[in-house]
Amino acid sequence: MSDAQAIEPRPLACDSASDKARRRVKRRYAADRRLQAYGIIAIALAVGLLGVLITSLIVNGLPAFVQTKADLAVFIDAAKVDAENPAGGNYRALVREALEPFVPADATDKQKTDAAKILTSDAPYIVRDYILKHPEAIGKTVALPIPLSDPFDQLNKGVIPMDVDALSWSQVRYFERLRNRGVIVEDDGRTGLKLDVYVDPAKIELGPPPSGDFATLARDGLQAYLPDVHDTALFAMLADDAPEAISARVAADPALIGKTIQVILPVSPAVTALAEGKSPKILNPRFKADQIETFEALKAKGLVHAPFNWELFFNADSRFPERAGLAGAITGTFLMLLVCFGLSFPIGIAAAVYLEEFAPKNRLTDLIEVNINNLAAVPSVVFGLLGLAVFLGFFGLPRSTPLVGGMVLSLVTLPTIIIATRAALKAVPPSIREAALGVGASKHQVVLHHVLPLAMPGILTGTIIGMAHALGETAPLLLIGMNAFIPSVESMGVLEPATTLPTQIFSWADSPERGFVSRTSAAILVLLAFLVVMNLLAIVLRQKFERKW
Amino acid sequence: MEAKVAARPVVRVQMPVPPEATEGMLPAAERELKMTARDVNVWYGEKQALFDVSLDIFDRSVTALIGPSGCGKSTFLRALDRMNDVIEGCRMTGEITLDGEDIYSPEVDPVQLRARVGMVFQKPNPFPKSIFENVAYGPRIHGLAGSKAELEEIVIKSLTRAGLFEEVKDRLNESGTGLSGGQQQRLCIARAISVNPEVLLMDEPCSALDPIATARIEALMEELKESLCIVIVTHSMQQAARVSQRTAFFHLGKLVEVDDTVRMFTNPADTRTQDYVTGRFG
Repeated sequence: MSDAQAIEPRPLACDSASDKARRRVKRRYAADRRLQAYGIIAIALAVGLLGVLITSLIVNGLPAFVQTKADLAVFIDAAKVDAENPAGGNYRALVREALEPFVPADATDKQKTDAAKILTSDAPYIVRDYILKHPEAIGKTVALPIPLSDPFDQLNKGVIPMDVDALSWSQVRYFERLRNRGVIVEDDGRTGLKLDVYVDPAKIELGPPPSGDFATLARDGLQAYLPDVHDTALFAMLADDAPEAISARVAADPALIGKTIQVILPVSPAVTALAEGKSPKILNPRFKADQIETFEALKAKGLVHAPFNWELFFNADSRFPERAGLAGAITGTFLMLLVCFGLSFPIGIAAAVYLEEFAPKNRLTDLIEVNINNLAAVPSVVFGLLGLAVFLGFFGLPRSTPLVGGMVLSLVTLPTIIIATRAALKAVPPSIREAALGVGASKHQVVLHHVLPLAMPGILTGTIIGMAHALGETAPLLLIGMNAFIPSVESMGVLEPATTLPTQIFSWADSPERGFVSRTSAAILVLLAFLVVMNLLAIVLRQKFERKW
Repeated sequence: MEAKVAARPVVRVQMPVPPEATEGMLPAAERELKMTARDVNVWYGEKQALFDVSLDIFDRSVTALIGPSGCGKSTFLRALDRMNDVIEGCRMTGEITLDGEDIYSPEVDPVQLRARVGMVFQKPNPFPKSIFENVAYGPRIHGLAGSKAELEEIVIKSLTRAGLFEEVKDRLNESGTGLSGGQQQRLCIARAISVNPEVLLMDEPCSALDPIATARIEALMEELKESLCIVIVTHSMQQAARVSQRTAFFHLGKLVEVDDTVRMFTNPADTRTQDYVTGRFG
């Protein structure tokens, strides 16, 4: 470096041929590439996560778009359904009779009741509703597709298995520990546990024959080997006749009472299978063997099928997942967005037009502007609390209604609409205003005839984005109770309790039934579809009405 | 004066003075005063843009306002139809009259005034509507047409006066923004004259146009001045010389000199005017 300076006392300001310059160029290119790479990584990460979300939603939600049904031939017995008063018929009995051919002839009443549980609990009402619509069917046999109850629906879709592991994960762990202790032995063709058991004289009466709580002795004996385990599942690993191994020994030699003896306690068949290296299975406890028999009989006749689940869209909510649909939530969302739009669109535009076109620029309008921008950042749950305190508490408006929901959500959307409208108004070129003023248009004519129509695409885009924001809001709606249970769409109105898509998702996500798990994902997909449609609408409107000047 | 000018070693720009410009000016006695400005001061916020401007504007003639950028000529033009009112922080003192009536008096409605004093802007700014709607808008909001037929008549007459009708008669329903720049500017003139203004203010109407379109607009001004009072702001001294009968020279917010155009370009009284029209500065 110093040599180079010595040779060239006045180096060029930018010598592109020098090593230093070349290194600098190389570093600059590397920095450019690095910056690009960061961007690509960030986008890939975002797209990947979104893909994971959507994929998991689709995988979880797809089963909810089909519903397993059984085409049941129901004989509408005129003796059970009065043609004069069809609503009061004994439809429960009709459904049970319709299942009659699929249960064993010698089935008990209990078995028949169990068999009826294959079908949804709403089955009698489905038949009733059909008869109310078609009274001429009384005395005839009608084939009705009846949804299966949730466990059988899930079984048919393969979401839950027919057989489950007989032993729990912790039982397998206990087995491993016992085997490591070397107490698992083969004896007399049975697998058993070779344990030291203390025959507690406090628990055993000296016969003859000796009697007492041998089961507790066996449990205590087993417990002594795994003293840290406090789990009844441990004792379930013993065979039912394990206490008899002790009682037989004690009966043979009563002198053993009060002593510690070594016995071989037989284990349950599942543990035996495990010891043989198999993985033992039992029937899923949700099902009963009789029910499976009836279900298989229905299937064998080709009566069970899984068509597209239109009821997901046309049914309202239900306690039974196989009958629950989104119609109530969609209607409630629609009514609520209607109220929200009706309030926030005119108020937002009026406020924005005043602030942008008429208001003098002073401290007060600056303050208002800053506060509107701040409101856009306020968490929506705060608006929910406000709605709870003011709309419900102070004004006493009816709770859980789309009216109040719409009012609260218009608070959420107003800042968005005002900001978007002001931006759209600002984007209208001043030359248009001057042109209109120049031909003698008054201020309101300039705004109404020229500025607003030109700003409309931007305003509509902002409004739709605000509405889409409102569509997904959950927290403020929960606070004003808009997660009502709505079993029927007919009674819905602006002043009636309602639920919405996001709160319906919230309620379903809280429900334990397997059917609601997939329905939650399906409802999220429906909500996302609405959001996508609304955003597409915003794009289409913007492109359609965009004008050049 | 001649001697003084000749004594100065100045490279003079040849100013083409068309014969009609000299002949078109009425003798002073026959001139009809249309607008007057007396001691007009205009401020934008703290900044003063015009200083004590007094100017007479005569009917049926073209008055050109010239001067370097930022000299206040556009501000003065906008004061003539109270377009400055809509600018935040703009205030003015002094008096401007139209036909002897103070246009800043509280009785005068600025909207009504702007119907009497039309304006054409630097950049053609047709409404993003059809050609017909562009011209029909003014008559409609002022209630000039009683029927649809009358409105059509006004639109056709205005477009004809602006020399545009023949070119657009087949596409009156097409967007005004689809026309060429020169056509757009003539459309704006048609829009301005559709409400029968008495004065037409033009703020550099040709600065965004090519020479052919400029020539058409200038010819149009020649015709319109037979019935109108025209005030034009221009940066082109050739244009001022070609179209105007009187010229006012503004510099740094002050009116330096106003006189008949011929004298302004041949024999100005003020050295600053001379320097400007000869291209020394500006």
